[in-house]
Amino acid sequence: MTASYKIIEHAYDVLVVGAGGAGLRATLGMAEKNLKTACITKVFPTRSHTVAAQGGISAALGNMGEDDWRFHMYDTVKGSDWLGDQDAIEYMCREAIPAIIELEHYGVPFSRTPEGKIYQRAFGGMSTHYGKGRAQRTCAAADKTGHAILHTLYQQSLKHNAEFFVEFIVLDLIMEDGVCRGVLAWSLDDGSLHLFKAHMTVLATGGYGRSYFSCTSAHTVTGDGNAMVLRAGLALQDMEFVQFHPTGIYGSGCLITEGVRGEGGYLTNAEGERFMERYAPSARDLASRDIVSRAMTIEINEGRGVGRLKDHIYLHIEHLDPAIIHERLPGIAETSRIFAGVDVTKEPIPVLPTVHYNMGGIPTNYNTEVVTLKDGNPDHVVPGLMAIGEAACVSVHGANRLGSNSLLDIIVFGRAAAIRCAQLIKPGDAHKPLRKDAADRAIARFDKIRHAQGGRPTAEIRLDMQKTMQAKAAVFRTQSTLDEGIKAMAEIRASFADVSLKDRSLIWNTDLVETLELDNLLSQALVTISAAGNRKESRGGHAREDYPNRDDANWLKHTLTWLPGNQVKIDYRPVHLFTLTDEVEAFPPKERIY
Amino acid sequence: MAEFTLPKNSRVQKGKTHHAPAGVKNIRRFEIYRWDPETGDNPRIDVYELDAEHCGAMVLDAIIKIKNEVDSTLTFRRSCREGVCGSCAMNIDGKNTLACTKAIDSLPDTIRIFPLPHAQVVKDLVPDLNHLFAQYASIKPWIETQTPPPADSERLQSREDRAKLDGLYDCILCFCCSTSCPSYWWNSERYLGPAVLLQAYRWINDSRDENTGQRLDELEDPFKLYRCHTIMNCTDTCPKSLNPAKAIAEIKKLLLQRQEG
Repeated sequence: MTASYKIIEHAYDVLVVGAGGAGLRATLGMAEKNLKTACITKVFPTRSHTVAAQGGISAALGNMGEDDWRFHMYDTVKGSDWLGDQDAIEYMCREAIPAIIELEHYGVPFSRTPEGKIYQRAFGGMSTHYGKGRAQRTCAAADKTGHAILHTLYQQSLKHNAEFFVEFIVLDLIMEDGVCRGVLAWSLDDGSLHLFKAHMTVLATGGYGRSYFSCTSAHTVTGDGNAMVLRAGLALQDMEFVQFHPTGIYGSGCLITEGVRGEGGYLTNAEGERFMERYAPSARDLASRDIVSRAMTIEINEGRGVGRLKDHIYLHIEHLDPAIIHERLPGIAETSRIFAGVDVTKEPIPVLPTVHYNMGGIPTNYNTEVVTLKDGNPDHVVPGLMAIGEAACVSVHGANRLGSNSLLDIIVFGRAAAIRCAQLIKPGDAHKPLRKDAADRAIARFDKIRHAQGGRPTAEIRLDMQKTMQAKAAVFRTQSTLDEGIKAMAEIRASFADVSLKDRSLIWNTDLVETLELDNLLSQALVTISAAGNRKESRGGHAREDYPNRDDANWLKHTLTWLPGNQVKIDYRPVHLFTLTDEVEAFPPKERIY
Repeated sequence: MAEFTLPKNSRVQKGKTHHAPAGVKNIRRFEIYRWDPETGDNPRIDVYELDAEHCGAMVLDAIIKIKNEVDSTLTFRRSCREGVCGSCAMNIDGKNTLACTKAIDSLPDTIRIFPLPHAQVVKDLVPDLNHLFAQYASIKPWIETQTPPPADSERLQSREDRAKLDGLYDCILCFCCSTSCPSYWWNSERYLGPAVLLQAYRWINDSRDENTGQRLDELEDPFKLYRCHTIMNCTDTCPKSLNPAKAIAEIKKLLLQRQEG
């Protein structure tokens, strides 16, 4: 098998897989610390989906009024419906301040206040004084903050001469005796295979939104790192928690930032009613995303949706000053015009809750080291492996992520990965040789899929998966729909054995790329819906009609899912209900009202 | 003797036609450039007839439908599908643009799709952009300062100074502009082209950057900058409605002011 593929070998101190915000922040941090680092990415860095983040990045800078990172921490814990690990949340909210100042120093073109400071806007679930006031905490570059940050991080990576392998598809982790030794990758440009050896592999591969039919995610958002972790025999955590963003454009699913509501936008139903007042009397349209998405779904289900089919909701900003829209929301004005045919200064935008973010992912500690449950130890560190960004489950988002905490997550933990690597690795440390057969399994999988000659095209299986997840693991879930979904997903995943490709080439074979990605999505979809069927309570993004309440007595714990073969295996890790330092006290669980 | 035809191995040939299924009423015809580096065959134009009733609104929806349902070997880049990542830049109906934001309804019945012009083709609609990215890196597209930033806070920037970056920082590096510029086609080895010059101006124009003089020095070159002949294809084609031609003119103005200064 290996004989038929020429393999080029590389050795680095650190590999970063993925060049979104998390991957780039890690890469340039490693480069700053003189670690020999390769960033391997399937798309050119500025094409990564961080570019599509709009509203902003949270940090208690206090530029627009009083603020404190402890308030931010409280909001994040509450937003997570207490499933977030409070030591990690403390770390993120405290480090947010220097991390964002650093971004400005890197050159991010933030919007500005009249005094010339970084402009901050209101966002969902963000408060002052532990829920009493409304915070303006989300640092923005108009409504193109992700673009501004991603491009700046790429520019800084160029400045530091970071090494990139662009349009390389990472196929699998190279694991030896429970240690990650590197990865195998396929170069689209010339079709060659590359075996990368490293002391540390950092997965920054993002979420897996494309397991659903309608999502805000890019086509490339297929959670490749998550799937590699499953194939390596490791667990994923809290995969049942999928965030539906309240405002995806009806039809296309394109994102309309929560910043629209932060700037004064609001939702109405068919009766023209601002219905969020009934669901969240205090925060209204700026309640957390799980609450708003559920409220919208209830309005539609009870016959108060708008449009001919009464199947969506209106988002209004036509009352705002056009000058404000031009300055702060130019991107969504353009997107609404192109994808909904709407002039936002005159008409409402048709929107629908749309799959947006995966709270679940690869379990890590706040140092970004991957952990797993081993011999009763829930915090066993997997040597040689880190995960950051949406791929990771630190867990700072718990059961529901607050808007503008994801850009923060990628920056803080991308930075943390570099800090930790500098502690663990001396630049130029010698490498043990890899076993001769180190890459055999990965190559065998690649070769098998490349030559698949079954009866079902990739796109057909993918559509089955996406429709099933959309129908059976939606905003509201019940045991019967989830059980149907689990059965269907298992069958669809099994049907992958019958997949067929037409393109057998090695140079830019996107038929093969999409099939490899489909394989990755299928395993994540199956563990997601299986974890959802297993969790018999409602918490954050996981809303069960048959178990409408949160159940801390039985379910205040992280779900771990393994996928050895075809059967999902489930176990648990405790939630960290303690802090990292004594600068703040832990927030004990309480009822969550907005 | 000058040769006015393409070399033999570059001549585009007639390819396959994939007819729409019988009974389809609203047919749209897509003529798409195909080239596979591994076969050694000449490039060809394949024709795909699509059922427009059951296709999304954008050209990207159509080529994804072709890949999903008709011919999975069709190769192109795509990612965000909402006009922010810059992956799916291609030549559609004679104009460089993003497939994801180009409405099928805005185009004639037969839609011709080619890779970005005058770039090496890697496969089908995938051009090699490495030279453009190298040129981007050559202008040092990062902030350069001598004054250390304040230790615990951001640098201040007035709203007016920040507004000067609008229309510059938001470039998505799709290179529709550079690959539409005849002057860039002719001199791409030495002329930086509109996309890269727009980025050069983004840093010249950033009140926080302290390296303006050197940035201008490096651009003061008959090729890097002055191959712009204000043809304006760049501004005309930009799918984000940016104005690279104006940015280039502003750089020229600054150089002139400096000479006179």
